[in-house]
Amino acid sequence: MPSPRTGYVPILLRLDPGGVVLLAIVLGAAVLVPVLNLAVPPDSPFHVPSYLVSLWGKYLCFALLAVSVDLVWGYCGILSLGHGAFFALGGYAMGMHLMRQIGDRGVYGHPVLPDFMVFLDWDRLPWYWHGFDSFAFAMMMVLLVPGTLAFVFGWLAFRSRVGGVYLSIISQAMTYALMLAFFRNDMGFGGNNGLTDFKDLLGFDLQADGTRAALFAASALALALGYLVCRLMMLSKFGRVVMAVRDGESRTRFLGYRVEYYKLVVWVVSAMLAGLAGALYVPQVGIINPGEFSPANSIEIIVWVAVGGRGTLYGAALGGVLVNYAKTYFTGAAPEIWLFLLGGLFIAVTLFLPKGIVGTAADGWRSLRRRIRAPARGTVP
Amino acid sequence: MRVPTPAKVAQDQDVVLYVNGVTVSFDGFKALNNLSYVVRTGEMRAIIGPNGAGKTTMMDVVTGKTRPDAGEVYFKQVHDLTRLDEAAIANLGIGRKFQKPTVFENHSVFENLELASKSARGPFHSLFFRLTGEQATRIDAVLETIGLADQRADRAGALSHGQKQWLEIGMLLIQDPELLFLDEPVAGMTDAETEQTAALLRQIAGQHSVVVVEHDMAFVRALDVKVTVLHEGGVLAEGPLDQVQANERVIEVYLGR
Repeated sequence: MPSPRTGYVPILLRLDPGGVVLLAIVLGAAVLVPVLNLAVPPDSPFHVPSYLVSLWGKYLCFALLAVSVDLVWGYCGILSLGHGAFFALGGYAMGMHLMRQIGDRGVYGHPVLPDFMVFLDWDRLPWYWHGFDSFAFAMMMVLLVPGTLAFVFGWLAFRSRVGGVYLSIISQAMTYALMLAFFRNDMGFGGNNGLTDFKDLLGFDLQADGTRAALFAASALALALGYLVCRLMMLSKFGRVVMAVRDGESRTRFLGYRVEYYKLVVWVVSAMLAGLAGALYVPQVGIINPGEFSPANSIEIIVWVAVGGRGTLYGAALGGVLVNYAKTYFTGAAPEIWLFLLGGLFIAVTLFLPKGIVGTAADGWRSLRRRIRAPARGTVP
Repeated sequence: MRVPTPAKVAQDQDVVLYVNGVTVSFDGFKALNNLSYVVRTGEMRAIIGPNGAGKTTMMDVVTGKTRPDAGEVYFKQVHDLTRLDEAAIANLGIGRKFQKPTVFENHSVFENLELASKSARGPFHSLFFRLTGEQATRIDAVLETIGLADQRADRAGALSHGQKQWLEIGMLLIQDPELLFLDEPVAGMTDAETEQTAALLRQIAGQHSVVVVEHDMAFVRALDVKVTVLHEGGVLAEGPLDQVQANERVIEVYLGR
C-alpha cells in the first residue's frame, strides 16, 4: 500500500476547512474593507467609517497575537503568561521608528531628540536609539528584539527543563520585570507616558484614511501570513514532533529528539509573530506605553485562545477578535458593568464550552453527523 | 569522548552494556547500591526483583534520565553513558519501552511509527522532512509484524491496552536499537496477548540485545534466558531461572522470611 505522506500535496489542499475559511475572510477583508472605506461615498449604506477600519485593524493584530500564543500553548503545551512582553517589544520597536519620523515637528522642535528626551534634559540620542530612523532596520528589530529575548529566555528555561506551571510563572515574571523597567524614565523609552504623538509612517500621514486602510490591509496580510507559517510548520513532521512533545515529552526524548530545540524554535517563532502583531498595533492606536507589559494583558491573551478553542490556530484568531469585539461592545452598551459582563462571558465559556467555541462546534458537528448517518446504516436505533 | 582503560572494561568484544559499581541515592536513600552487570551482544536478559529493588532507576541510569553518583556505564565499550542525555543515548542505539504503554495518543498509529523512524532528529530537518519510499515500506512491514496494519490510520489513543504495548514495541523496532530495555512488557495483558508478545520478543531477540524487566515469573520462564535478581539496589543473584529460584537469599527476599 502506498504511503499517504510520500506524495506532494499542494499547500492549500493541506489546510483544514476552518483555516481556509479564516484565510478567505481575512484576505477578503484586506481588499474589501479599504475599498468600502475609500471608494464608497460616506452616505452609502456600504461605506465603512474610518474609525471602524482602525478598530478592526486592531482586532486583527490581537488575532495574530492569539495565533502566536496558540502555537506554543495549543501545540507545544507551553502555557506562556508573558506573550504580552513580545507584543509590547515589537510595538516599542515600531514606536521608536515612528518617534524618529517626527523629526523636528515635536513640541520642543528639537531636530533629533524626541520630546521626552528634551524634557529630561538629555543632550544626545542613547546608543540603542540609533538606526531606528531607518524603516528597514526598525522592521528587523520588530522581529529580532522579541526573537532574541525569547531565544535567551527559552534557551535557559528549556535546557534546564523548566516546564509546566514554573515556566508560566517565570514568563509572567519576565513581562512584569520589563514593565517595571520600561516605567523608569532613565530607560530612555518615554517612561510612564511611553511613545506617542506619532505623525507619519514612510511619509504617509497616520491620521489619513488611506494610511489607516493600508495599515488594516497590512494587519490582515500579517494575520494570514502568520497563520500560514504556523499551520505549515504544524503540518510538517516538525509539527508532529512538537505535538509529541506536548503529549509525551520523555517518550519523545527516548526516541532521540532533543525536546529543548523543538520548544526553542516554536517559542522564538511565536515571539516574533507576537512582535509583528505589536508593531502593526502601535501605529493604529497611536501610542505604546509600559501598560502593554502588564501581566493582566498576557493572561487576557490566554483567555482569547481558550474562548476561541486552543490547538486549531483559526480558533485562536476567532477568540482574539470575538473577545475584543465583546469588550468594545460592552464598554459602549453597559459602561458601568462591562467588566462583569466580560467576566461572566469567560466563566460561561469555561463552564459550558471547555474546548472553546471551535472545539465545541466541531464536537457538535461530529455527533450530529453520526446521528444522521447511524439510522441510515441501520446499526443504531 | 573518553575511551575507557582496558583494565576497567571487560576485554570481550561481545560486551554491549557494561555497568560497574553504579550508585544512585535520592535524599540519602540508595536506590542503586554498587550495581554491576554485563549484557552481551545478542543476549536476552531478564531482570527481576521485588518492588523498590531499583529496576526502574537502573533503566533511568542507562537511558540517561538519571545521573549516577558513582560508577561506570559503558555502551559497546566506548560510549560513556553517564555523560550523555536521553536523546544522545537513544541515537546511539538504546531503546526503551515504558511499563505503562507510552504512545502518542493524538497521533495516528502510522504517525507514531513515522516519529520513531530512523532519520535526522533536528528541528530543521523535521521541517522539510518527507518520508522516503524505503521508510514507508519499513513502516508497513512493522505494522504487519505488530498486527496493526488495519489500524494504521486510527488514533493511537483508541487502541486497546495490548495494542498500545505492541505499537510501542513497533516504535522500538523501527528505531532499530542495538540494545533494548523493556519494562514489564506484558503487564496488564491477557494470556493470549502475553503469548503473542513473547513470540514478538523472540523474533526481536536474534538481531538485538534485549533486557526485559519483569514481575511475571511464568513469562520469564517462557523467555528461558539468563536472569539477574536485583535487591536493594544491587545484584542478589544471577544465572538460569531454576538455579536462581533455588538460591537461599532469593527465596528469603521474595518470600520475606
